[in-house]
Amino acid sequence: MPVNPEFAGRVYPPSAPYGVSAAKIKEFAEAVGSTDPVHTDRAVAQARGYRDVIAPPTFAVLIAQRAEMEFIFDPEAGVDFSRVVHGEETFVHHRPLTAGDEIVGQLTVDSVKAAGGHTMIVTRAELSAGDEPVCTALSTIVVRGGE
Amino acid sequence: MSAATMGAGSRREFSAVSVGEVLPAKTVHIDRARLVQYAGASLDRNPIHWDERFAVKVGLPNVIAHGMFTMGAAVTVVTDWAGDAGAVVRYGTRFTKPVVVPYETGADVVFSATVTALDEATRQATVEISALCGTDKVLGRATALVQLA
Repeated sequence: MPVNPEFAGRVYPPSAPYGVSAAKIKEFAEAVGSTDPVHTDRAVAQARGYRDVIAPPTFAVLIAQRAEMEFIFDPEAGVDFSRVVHGEETFVHHRPLTAGDEIVGQLTVDSVKAAGGHTMIVTRAELSAGDEPVCTALSTIVVRGGE
Repeated sequence: MSAATMGAGSRREFSAVSVGEVLPAKTVHIDRARLVQYAGASLDRNPIHWDERFAVKVGLPNVIAHGMFTMGAAVTVVTDWAGDAGAVVRYGTRFTKPVVVPYETGADVVFSATVTALDEATRQATVEISALCGTDKVLGRATALVQLA
């Protein structure tokens, strides 16, 4: 089944809140090799004006991908996950993700375009804490065509 | 907490930065243990990133690194230079080639970066990042916008 082009413009309901923890921030920072103590030392983070330890710039993917799964595994969307390749990713940070944040992600399918047997899909996850926008994550996935 | 006060005291001064400035480069060695660590931390447990049999079965040459691992490791060159991991206000890339990670040797990725534009009004720097695995450019148009002090 090909990807359903009618999904362009679709907006999904907000995801369940994700609680950003100091432990997960530390684990993620170590995994990508970000040694800035702002990820692990609350006193350092507060001296820089943050409420608590902050996450590395790409940590947002962890929350954005939860929102993207709503679309990717939507049976009506026709996305074959085994053929999905990650094409592009962009984060716009309105402020850093911070320990203690309760983040809700809302996914919009910005575009669905067929090109050369493949389908390129751009999704946008708006991550927010209450009324406050925190990060916009734009993701391009390519669904490879069947042989 | 406003954008102007965040990162207080640690961020690089805008006035000390010039277009063409080359940031300190970094080589990152990637082995299977590193990918398993990232899989756990990121919750991206796709077996193409740690299970060689599975990766080969789906047509890959071997296990490949998570594109998001490479993206996350690349930006540390920028955040180390900027003096604050919270200084990156926008960061995007294309995933142009996979980083193939053989069991025996692993893979080395060389990250380097250059300041390509400065905006006086916002005190922001545009930094372009290069990520090379051998001769392969594994990230394309990797660009970070950095809020300086």
